[in-house]
Amino acid sequence: MSEMHAESVAYVRDTMLPPAAPPNQQLGALRWLRVNLFSGWFNTVLTLLGLGIIWFLFDHFWPWLSHSVWKADSVQECREIIAARYGEGATGGCFGVIRERWHQYLFGFYPRAEYWRPLMTLGLLFIAITPVLFSVNPAIRRWVLAVTGLITLLLMGVAEVPDWAVLLMWALIGTALLLGEYAPQRLLIFTLFYPVVGVWFLWGGSLWFPLMLLAGFGVGYLATRLVPPRHAGLALPAGIAAALIWWLFLAGPVAGLLGDLAPARLRVIDSNEFGGFLLAMVIGVSGIAMSLPLGIVLALARRSDMFLIHVFAVIFIEFIRGVPLITLLFVASLLLNYFLPPGTNFDIILRVIIMVTIFAAAYMAEVIRGGLAALPRGQFEAADALGLNYWQAQRLIVLPQALKISIPGIVGTFIGMFKDTTLVGLIGLFDPLKGISDFVRSNFAWKGIYWEPFIFVGAIFFVICFSMSRYSMYLERRLSREHR
Amino acid sequence: MTDRAPAGPASPPFRPSMLIYDRRYRSMTFQVIVFIIVMSLVWWLIGNTITNLENLGKDIDFRFLFSRAGYDIPQQLIPYDNDDSHLRAAVIGLLNTLFVSFLGCIAATFLGVAVGVLRLSNNWLFARLMTIYVEIFRNIPLLLWILIIFAIFTEISPAPRAYRGEDAQNLFLGLIAPTNRYTSIPGIVAEHSPGVLQIGRIAIPWLAILFLGLLALAVVLRRWINARAQRVQNRTGRRPTTWWINLALFVVPPVAIWLIFGLRLTVPELTGFNFSGGINVDNSLVALWLALTLYTGAFIAEIVRAGILAVSKGQSEASFALGLRPNRTMNLVILPQALRVIVPPLISQYLNLTKNSSLAIAVGYMDLRGTLGGTTVNQTGRELEGILLMMLVYLAVSLMISGVMNIYNSRVKLKER
Repeated sequence: MSEMHAESVAYVRDTMLPPAAPPNQQLGALRWLRVNLFSGWFNTVLTLLGLGIIWFLFDHFWPWLSHSVWKADSVQECREIIAARYGEGATGGCFGVIRERWHQYLFGFYPRAEYWRPLMTLGLLFIAITPVLFSVNPAIRRWVLAVTGLITLLLMGVAEVPDWAVLLMWALIGTALLLGEYAPQRLLIFTLFYPVVGVWFLWGGSLWFPLMLLAGFGVGYLATRLVPPRHAGLALPAGIAAALIWWLFLAGPVAGLLGDLAPARLRVIDSNEFGGFLLAMVIGVSGIAMSLPLGIVLALARRSDMFLIHVFAVIFIEFIRGVPLITLLFVASLLLNYFLPPGTNFDIILRVIIMVTIFAAAYMAEVIRGGLAALPRGQFEAADALGLNYWQAQRLIVLPQALKISIPGIVGTFIGMFKDTTLVGLIGLFDPLKGISDFVRSNFAWKGIYWEPFIFVGAIFFVICFSMSRYSMYLERRLSREHR
Repeated sequence: MTDRAPAGPASPPFRPSMLIYDRRYRSMTFQVIVFIIVMSLVWWLIGNTITNLENLGKDIDFRFLFSRAGYDIPQQLIPYDNDDSHLRAAVIGLLNTLFVSFLGCIAATFLGVAVGVLRLSNNWLFARLMTIYVEIFRNIPLLLWILIIFAIFTEISPAPRAYRGEDAQNLFLGLIAPTNRYTSIPGIVAEHSPGVLQIGRIAIPWLAILFLGLLALAVVLRRWINARAQRVQNRTGRRPTTWWINLALFVVPPVAIWLIFGLRLTVPELTGFNFSGGINVDNSLVALWLALTLYTGAFIAEIVRAGILAVSKGQSEASFALGLRPNRTMNLVILPQALRVIVPPLISQYLNLTKNSSLAIAVGYMDLRGTLGGTTVNQTGRELEGILLMMLVYLAVSLMISGVMNIYNSRVKLKER
């Protein structure tokens, strides 16, 4: 058709005209401003309001921040320095308190000579979780290992730990990097043992005791294996029974015996000496690690066909979700002594961890139940049609998809839980926010210092929680199978 | 129909091993085992508690609730003095909890909706600012915000007497005076007050009852008018104009009350060392309320944003194609669908806010945790009864809120076949 047309007219242009430049108002920064900031009267008002807010914040905080003093031994001295430097009536931040008391904010009352232990635990934590969190992409894993290792070494430098500990850490990071490069599966074996190493480093005592506690799982697993396949139904009870017998009767004596043979002891640190971010991390990390499996079990129980299981799960979840965490912490600190056999008096941090764990697990169960509910029915039916039994279906078909759907909620629960660790300050533990800050302020030199500790503690919380939420976004992207 | 069922394969006789291997019986076995374990755990806990109480020479006794409390509560919604019983103190605490939660929920909803919508606005600067607000408040513990805001009030706000004299501080907007002990806000008094309704020791102004009654009436009338307009529209195809009747329903009664009873605002005035005339709100309440609002508002903003983004663009395009105007598109197409996504997480945010109000202890606001679970427990030494009772009350409040909100949710839910 166009050819016919071409023959019927006298002239057809066969080159394109060069495109004309857009009008000036549609170009570059001016256009961007018009579209994004001043596209209408309402938008203009918003922009001006936003500029006003920025100016207000800058005007109020910049002078204070820019007049900060880092080298001072008391609030009084701080104020004198500021008055001398910037004139009478000037206000400024007195970050000298961070310079002097940073170790209490990070470690509480942990003995200074032993700072290498929590720092080593932190470094090993990074090594233990990185292969789990970044299991697919070796480049990201390498970077994360290197950066977290550097952070640990930096902290070790600041905390002035002994040289051999720094060298050990260097060696460990190097090994982890090499293993992460060539045999990342090997690193997972270390992850398995990490709880034992962590507990031993933090609280000290004999290495054999936590190791024997861990061995209970191995004993249980062995017992399930020893049951002949003809009685496969008895395998699980046998495993549980064997593990219980091990923990109740054998673990203690065996650990004692091994301790005599090969003493691996560290100085015992009492739970009262924990505080600051060390406490928050201990409670947060162990709560996170334990609440996920517990939450999955609770969610499955709530969706179970078995009436009693369903009812128990509903009662438990709704009860825990219906009360504030602080009341549960009060139960841990005041009432647990009533509920346990007379004379039991177990560690306050352990009690708090248990309470925080079941609290987070109840929320986790609801998040995961949401993921399970969002899964199309066909998936469950397909699993049944393939002849998978209940646990196989959950493990291979249902949970991988349900957990993927609920990642944002799960990480949100983790973040909430880590922030909630500050509540332990209200039952007398030394959390970084209230416990340690009150302690610092109780000293006359730092009486009446509020903003600097708040900023310091808030910034660390922000960094940790923000990176958790970014990680969840990364994970969501990586696991999304649609719209590739 | 035959009189005998067709003979299927004979079901095998029952053997004990079927309790484990037969799916029909296995679930029963499992449930019985779990039941036994849970019950023995409960029995063990109760037994331990009884033994421990015996050893301590205590018993479980709730009579302490009726003895004299003997402590003062600064904020109270119904009359209370230290000669009243612990029970009344607990009720005061519960009312304080509900009060701050109620105010917090309302303010956080407004803030959250505004921020959530503004984060999606095409104003680059404001969207970024709102993102920063949301990220900062979501990633830092609530306790820190409560402590910071309380410290702003107690440390930076001037003493009341700073509002006097030559270089006096000015009242904020001419109405509000934040001081380092309380925040003074304007009150309302009536020239011709019709008096108060006295129920026991609780005095409720008749004006408040009248106002709430008229408001309820207005809500009912509005529904009736809208239903009628709908009927007329269905019959004739023309919808009668109702907006000015609806507006009048909500505007006329308050204005009438204002004029008839001669209401006026009383601006706080400095008399002696303190403000009087207005209402002096304790700083602990203001700080707690502000912190709860700002913190929960950030979460609600995310929920609102997700809800709006969840409505696909095609919906609004289709609505425009049908010729609906933007505000009707919002009301009839986008909001109903967004609410379906927004409401369930919003419920849990309200619950969280209510439970988080128990952090009041950090600033000394006497809520349920501060009265029943705090001072009462410390004075009477009945921590077991006090804390269990407190947990039950919180549980009841939570269940009630989620019950009410679930009814609302079932109304906005997408009606499926």
